[in-house]
Amino acid sequence: MKMLKKLMCSAIVSAMAASTAAQADISDNEIRIGYLADMSGTYSALAGPGGLEAAKMAIEDFGGKVNGKKITIVSADDQNKPDIGANKVRQWIDVDKVDMVAGMVSSAVTIAVNKVVEAKDKVSLVSGSASSSITNQFCTANSVHYVYDTYALAHGTGEAVVREGGDSWFFLTADYAFGHAMESDVTEVVKESGGKVVGGVRHPLATNDFSSFILQAQASGAKIVGLANAGADTTNSLKTAKEFGVVQAGQKIAGLLIFLNDVHSLGLETTQGLQLTTGFYWDRTPETRAWSKRYFDRTGKMPTMVQAGIYSSVTHYLSAVKASNSDASSAVMAQMKKTPINDFFAENGRIREDGRMIHDMYLAEVKKPSESTGEWDLYKILRTIPADKAFRPLAESKCKLVAGR
Amino acid sequence: MTTQVLNSSTAGKTMSKTKLSFMILLLVGLVAPYAIYPVFLMKVLCFALFACAFNLMLGYGGLLSFGHAAFLATGGYITGHTIMQWGLTPELGILVGTACSAAMGFVFGKLAIRRQGIYFAMITLALSQLVFFLYVQAPFTGGENGLQGIPRGNLFGLISLEGNLAMYYFVLAVFVIGFSVIYRTIHSPFGQILKAIRENEPRTVSLGYDVDKFKLVAFVISASLAGLAGSTKSLVFQLASLTDAHWHMSGEVILMTLLGGVGTIFGPIVGATTVVTLQNYLSQGPLASWVPVILGLIFVICVLLFRSGIVGEIQKFMKKNFN
Repeated sequence: MKMLKKLMCSAIVSAMAASTAAQADISDNEIRIGYLADMSGTYSALAGPGGLEAAKMAIEDFGGKVNGKKITIVSADDQNKPDIGANKVRQWIDVDKVDMVAGMVSSAVTIAVNKVVEAKDKVSLVSGSASSSITNQFCTANSVHYVYDTYALAHGTGEAVVREGGDSWFFLTADYAFGHAMESDVTEVVKESGGKVVGGVRHPLATNDFSSFILQAQASGAKIVGLANAGADTTNSLKTAKEFGVVQAGQKIAGLLIFLNDVHSLGLETTQGLQLTTGFYWDRTPETRAWSKRYFDRTGKMPTMVQAGIYSSVTHYLSAVKASNSDASSAVMAQMKKTPINDFFAENGRIREDGRMIHDMYLAEVKKPSESTGEWDLYKILRTIPADKAFRPLAESKCKLVAGR
Repeated sequence: MTTQVLNSSTAGKTMSKTKLSFMILLLVGLVAPYAIYPVFLMKVLCFALFACAFNLMLGYGGLLSFGHAAFLATGGYITGHTIMQWGLTPELGILVGTACSAAMGFVFGKLAIRRQGIYFAMITLALSQLVFFLYVQAPFTGGENGLQGIPRGNLFGLISLEGNLAMYYFVLAVFVIGFSVIYRTIHSPFGQILKAIRENEPRTVSLGYDVDKFKLVAFVISASLAGLAGSTKSLVFQLASLTDAHWHMSGEVILMTLLGGVGTIFGPIVGATTVVTLQNYLSQGPLASWVPVILGLIFVICVLLFRSGIVGEIQKFMKKNFN
């Protein structure tokens, strides 16, 4: 009897769900956001709890409601494991009726999650991941890659380094989707600019001991040691390189993906002169300063480009929900792609058909300790890389959504 | 003579009791997806089957394998690969995955059963670590990314498994088949000899049994069922990843089996349910980063206070008070 009741209930509920979805309205009168990131491991400092705070800020600044419908947020730690991330998101969508997933750091997790999001026809806004394959061979109509990617990093940092005479490279690569994409994108740039790659070594994600890898890099005789890794892996390799005197011995290190928090934790003494590409720096314009100040007051840290991007992307999503008065993925995605993004994070940013958000990127150099005036005064912006140069042109895209592919 | 009769009648009684509990469990399994999230239940079933397969060796053969993750992962990867690349139907993919695990179990078993106790455990651990690094490097596994987006496809080319309910009943059927194989194995003359080996190996040898052969067969059955669990799991989650091959997984299955009750038929199911439920529900709350610590504490408490596990203790209690 009880079971029969339950059956009837579930039938009624599913019938109701189907009818509300058909009306192109906000499903179950609530907009639910899931924040997925590495909250405790290798990548937790660049997005992690800080990114969750940024997402919450975005919701509060939006008034907590869209057209009278409440916005709620849930979060989870993916531990950088694709299976955990994908399962969590599947459960969020099936049970908790989450409409949009934000954050997402490890590229392996992102690609797995995007497959689930595509199958369930929801929306994902990727801010933390780097791999350019997310909007290339793995692109989906349901996801936006918001902040940066390996193509932008390779063309920003890679080109600058080669131009200054760094024409032979050795790679230290994190052995998964992101590292592979980074390495292949930089290799392309180096070869195009007339340089060569003399070798490389791959290390597992979250490695603690880099000494053998650094020794291999020293033995290679390359002018540049390219770090195709991120987060704690990058800081650990930089520390080890310092202990082994890589720079003193005449080699240069190119950190291909370095975040503000990495430079902050390593200190200017270790990182000075390092060139890097970033999508956001807090001390660039009055708007970036104003927003970052508010973020700083809440978290005690200046935002990384990922954390700033999470705020911007969530706001853009909520505006799209408001404008289309729907949380159905097709309506929201169309609205998001239609509207240009103009806020503290991006000027005239727009989302392409492959899901890539294109905006200006910046080539920055880490200041010398003598130049810095404060704890967070870390970069000087060397030049702006215009949006159309920063990201992979659609003509080279392998994405199934791009016309003519 | 009388003792023998008595024995067989009590054996019959416990047998019917087991059958009754099994029927109840099956009934619960049939109704459960209407109350609980099916994907979660499928995860429980896959791990329960994995733990049951492990229990066959530890509980009934007295062989502590520390490398069962290798079989789970092999099943998952091979199934995923064959379905994605060769376009096999799900049931064929699962069969191929299981067969590969069985073959790997044969190789592992041949090497490992020559030693006993801690050496046996270490050899299985070493072999499974070899397999782990093979999977890290092999191109077909996708390394750290894993195999993603494995299609659930159509069962026998007819029934779509895309819906969670259809998939659930398929997984339940797989579990029941796997569980029946284990039940039959334990309650056969073969199982009797396995238990005899566990209790006193030299004596079994002196009775004229080729002990190594029995151990090997048990190892292969256990490995193939672990592979079956892995294959099914890769279909449920539509991905196969390195987590399954990592030695943590070999440790987790030991925890599940010990917690539920080694050498009891339902123990591993209870243990797997407990561990998976804890992992699932704790990972959302404020205790998220404490899950391994909590599991560790539970393990310590289990070893100190109720060494025969949850089901083992219940059985003891029943025997003491209701017999």
